[in-house]
Amino acid sequence: MNLLKTLHLALRSLLRNKVRTGLTMLGIVIGISSVIAMVAMGQGASMMIQDQLSTMGRNIVMVFPGAASSGGFSFGGGSSTTLTSEDGAAAAGLGSVRAVAPVVRTRAQIIAGGQNWVPQSMMGTSPEFLDVRDWAMDEGGFFTETDVASSAKVCVLGRTTADTLFPGETAVQQTIRIKNFPFRVLGVLARKGTSAMGQDQDDVVLAPWTTVKKTLQGSAFSNVDQLLVSAKSDVEAASAELTSLLRQRHRIREGDDSDFRILTMDEMASTVTQTSRVMTLLLAMIASISLVVGGIGIMNIMLVSVVERTREIGLRMAVGARRRDILMQFLMEATAISVAAGVIGMVLGSAAAWVISGTLKWPTLISPASIGIAFAFSCAVGIFFGFYPALRASRMDPIEALRYE
Amino acid sequence: MTAQISLRNVGKIYHLGEVDIRPLQDVSLDIGAGEFVAIMGASGSGKTTLMNVIGCMDRPTEGRYLLEGTEVSTLSGDELARVRNRKFGFVFQSFNLLARTAALENVELPLLYWNDLPGRERRKRAEAALARVGLSDRMGHHPSQLSGGQQQRVAIARALVNEPAIVLADEPTGNLDSASEREIVALLHELNAAGITVVLVTHNPEIGAHAKRLIRIRDGRIVEGA
Repeated sequence: MNLLKTLHLALRSLLRNKVRTGLTMLGIVIGISSVIAMVAMGQGASMMIQDQLSTMGRNIVMVFPGAASSGGFSFGGGSSTTLTSEDGAAAAGLGSVRAVAPVVRTRAQIIAGGQNWVPQSMMGTSPEFLDVRDWAMDEGGFFTETDVASSAKVCVLGRTTADTLFPGETAVQQTIRIKNFPFRVLGVLARKGTSAMGQDQDDVVLAPWTTVKKTLQGSAFSNVDQLLVSAKSDVEAASAELTSLLRQRHRIREGDDSDFRILTMDEMASTVTQTSRVMTLLLAMIASISLVVGGIGIMNIMLVSVVERTREIGLRMAVGARRRDILMQFLMEATAISVAAGVIGMVLGSAAAWVISGTLKWPTLISPASIGIAFAFSCAVGIFFGFYPALRASRMDPIEALRYE
Repeated sequence: MTAQISLRNVGKIYHLGEVDIRPLQDVSLDIGAGEFVAIMGASGSGKTTLMNVIGCMDRPTEGRYLLEGTEVSTLSGDELARVRNRKFGFVFQSFNLLARTAALENVELPLLYWNDLPGRERRKRAEAALARVGLSDRMGHHPSQLSGGQQQRVAIARALVNEPAIVLADEPTGNLDSASEREIVALLHELNAAGITVVLVTHNPEIGAHAKRLIRIRDGRIVEGA
């Protein structure tokens, strides 16, 4: 008997008992659809996080000042004033570093015409910032080294800030007032979107760091809040070189703690993706438990079915069925149940993922791999859990089977 | 010319722990092509075992069995299945039709094995077999929609669909009323008249009397008609 005929036979038998077949399928349907939906949600989440992290720029290493302390009293992270723009300039000379931009953060109200606004982020930096953050200009241009050297009152706006202050007109060459100092707007940055932390990255004002430090903060020091470093390729090497350079420049003795912290984007990214991968795996494992339960359901029903159809098996053997034919028939029935259930589960799972991303605004990603694996799994479940009942059927003695009451 | 069915000193022994059970002992029997034979005996006499051996459902543990000149007592299980499929048609006391399955599909069953007939050809043959037992108008009916006599006729059609040389009927009228019984016996006569060897197993002397030859079996031995 060929496979097609066996399949046909199996489907006829299954359709003879529609309610039972449907209920048997239910377990696998639930299992497969939850695997598909869970994996889609997990993969969607990690895709979203990776997208957002990539907006930070490539191969980013961040250097923060460490904690200053006086008489055993710590002022907390970032309070040390030892990290300077000279450190940044020295770091730019390292072999593994592509570019360095110092960052000074402040917060202030902006007034432009009749509008006023406090942007989420106001940073002083250098022209390397664009390169390091992999950010493009939308309109106008960026400030120059000369502007930094002369603490010029010029600035560049993010898209959100520009549109808020100058609705319906261009911001370039307009004047805004920050803490009552007039700043000329040189350009507007291209849209970057939301960060991994949920912040609007386009609500930003950039000015020369010297201007922010001296004019806006009124500070006499030249320490910075952060060095944004872009590594050439090997982030690990860059962070090692930065560490030894800064320890040397800050005269930190062997064994003493550094007065700065280094954080790489890769560390952040791998932490986040690791977390979401573990989540996905966990969800898939929970879902596959229901798949196993569904498989046991199939085995249970197939065992009942084999006993119920003892006489049918005896008759088939009497009219010429080989043991192999009987084995294949029951195996095919179990597999047909689980594959059909798997297909239904895939459709339901995809639909569930679609509904979830629509209503909860949670991104989902249904990968062909997860579909393929789910399909393979449902075949395997059918064959695995169908084999024992089919073997029992094929081992029957035809004479006994025909006389079974 | 050798007989169609030829048993020589055939025996069957089961070992049940310490005890040996011998449902068949030293049976020698020839049945020619086109005969109508009744095997009669009380229950437990070994007639069903003899029937199973003749029908290649069971292998004898002793002796030789030549079917149309071929030794079959040493064939493998798969080879015996092929012999059953090609040479024999089986009719059972309890019909053994598949429930919730149309008569036509029931009759097609033997055609599913050992051949590659397309579905259309299987259907045509099954229709012809049903017509032969006078059930052309009941092809789509399920067993539960048929009378006992009709069900047994469907079973006979199933036995005929592969054009067997021999039909084996084990108490074919055991579950039927006397009107249906006459129908079935008449049908078996018809088949025999068409050249098919009919071997009938029964404990009912009235049915046995229809056969042209009577074989009596008692305690696993043939006592008459060998």
